[in-house]
Amino acid sequence: MATASLEQRENRRAWGFVTPALLWTVAFFVIPFIVMAAISLATRKGREIVMAWNFDNYIEFFEKAHLLKGLFVSLEITFTVTIISVILAYPLAWIIAERVPQKWQRMALIMAILPFWTSYVVRSYSWLLVLAQNGVINNTLTYLGVISEPLELASTRTAAVIGFVHFFVMLLTLTIYANLVQMPPNYRRAAADLGANGFQVFWHVVLPLTLPGIMVGAFLTFVLCIGDYITPQILGGNNELALPQVIMLQLGRRADFPMAATLSIILMGVVTLAYIACARWLKMERT
Amino acid sequence: MSRHVSTGKTRNKFLSTTATFILGAVAMSHSAQATEELNALVWCDHTDPALIEPFEEKYDVKVNLKEYEGTGAGLSIIEQSRPGDWDVFVIDGVDVHRAVEMGVLGEIPADALPTSDIFPEVVMADNNVVDGKTYAVTEKFGYNTISFDKTKVDPKDMEDMSVIWSDKYAGRIAVYDYYLPVIGLVGLGLGIDTADLGADDMPAIKEKLFAMKKVSKQVGEVVSSQTALATGEVDILVGGGEWITAVLSEEKPNLDWIIPKQGGLRWAQSIGVMKDSEKPDLALKFVQYIMSPEGQARLATSSCFWGMPANAKAGENLTDAQKAALRWDDQEGYLKNSQLYPIPDADLDAEMQDAWVEMLQQ
Repeated sequence: MATASLEQRENRRAWGFVTPALLWTVAFFVIPFIVMAAISLATRKGREIVMAWNFDNYIEFFEKAHLLKGLFVSLEITFTVTIISVILAYPLAWIIAERVPQKWQRMALIMAILPFWTSYVVRSYSWLLVLAQNGVINNTLTYLGVISEPLELASTRTAAVIGFVHFFVMLLTLTIYANLVQMPPNYRRAAADLGANGFQVFWHVVLPLTLPGIMVGAFLTFVLCIGDYITPQILGGNNELALPQVIMLQLGRRADFPMAATLSIILMGVVTLAYIACARWLKMERT
Repeated sequence: MSRHVSTGKTRNKFLSTTATFILGAVAMSHSAQATEELNALVWCDHTDPALIEPFEEKYDVKVNLKEYEGTGAGLSIIEQSRPGDWDVFVIDGVDVHRAVEMGVLGEIPADALPTSDIFPEVVMADNNVVDGKTYAVTEKFGYNTISFDKTKVDPKDMEDMSVIWSDKYAGRIAVYDYYLPVIGLVGLGLGIDTADLGADDMPAIKEKLFAMKKVSKQVGEVVSSQTALATGEVDILVGGGEWITAVLSEEKPNLDWIIPKQGGLRWAQSIGVMKDSEKPDLALKFVQYIMSPEGQARLATSSCFWGMPANAKAGENLTDAQKAALRWDDQEGYLKNSQLYPIPDADLDAEMQDAWVEMLQQ
């Protein structure tokens, strides 16, 4: 009896702690999401928005190649950015964790995340100046005689990928570094004692143990990159549109909220699929 | 002892500082209460303190400004606000009817406006007057046409609109990212007047849009378009005009603009009083200030972007250099050779936007 009462009290306490976060989530995520989902089922009649409760907007999205292309552009950019960021961040995190003396590691991490301290928009515009026809890169290469004509770097998908990678390498470095420093050094010593060479130790011991850090960082990169509007808008030169840019276009002049909501729900669906894949993989890793 | 004195001094200093701070806060709060407030939903050129401060001082009023881009975005802000939240609305001239249909703008007494001082071509009664009632007044105008670097391209080539889809300057062209004026310009290039532009014209326009995209380097909003032209990233800007080059006239005299022989697009922004404003008299005073020669000169040379003032008397308050940058003396010819934005109905508007996205995705 006394145990049950204690359990009830514990339960009430737990609910007390959870309720504010739950209310916050309901108020600022669940309700807006339901409203957005409902609006995506509306339609525009002239300038009016009418609740039609049909899937016409979704059908239109899949029927119109230029809208569908927005999703593919987003996915292509996001996968490219995620893969390049992992390839660059892993060695950086490894160098900080393994080669930098412990007393300097904090400083090295601060240096690595220093670009985070500047505004995202300012950073994107700065890249535009670096990549421009008469920017730092082209001027340097021309001065060194490597090129005679300036390279077309700004206002391209490459520029958008560079801007993204610059940002996400820092994020991935942090998650991979956290994984690396938690790994007991005895694992590697044991593998070496059993005759594994440096590469085999990395491939069979270090890499599998740091995969959760890579996956979490890669998932965060995926989510933040696929939903980003600023970088492709500033650096991509609108030469192709990612899905967030297509969403913004619906709102600018025509205020087509039903189509904007539809595209947002589709974007969210893609992120949810990525989350499910990541969560399943992490769960499989644990079991 | 010394320590005690020092502590006492510190305490006194702390108390006096606190008292000063509290008194200051009370005074500020009193001043805030005493000052009336006016809420205006505007384009970025109205946020220049040099424009707003003289009105605030004269009427002891605080003007709260919210900037927006795109009529859809502006109307959405109003829809999400409570009636009476906004007093003044600046809107694209071609969208005044849309705002009136939505019950956003209120009637303005026509005799309260300096209509006789406004350049006749930009009075635009068809836009600003609905069923004989005046709902807005044109405050500023300019041209969406072709801006270029005259040291890098042949200015003669810019006289023909077809240059924007020809191969001659491939990779050196930027396009202003707003479908309405650029589609209008392409239409003019094909000999279609903006007033006649309809769904039947869209296939031909789309073909030229795609050709233009093929030879262009980028499609960007105001800042990136201006930056591209100013830094030499591109040599031609389709959809540009004095609003892009005039503000840079001193630092970049190599930048110029032209209205091609087929004509150019004329943009115009209107200002009106909100129907549900709780301070319609003060809101009207603000509109009158903006339309006065002084207000017009300040608006024309706003730090955000320059444009011709609608009130011809504003010339008295502009310097010769400012007038030269605005091409004051050439306006007669420009006005004759320019047309207003197309005014599409909802379906054509959707078709135009689709064509634009399709072009961007090429």
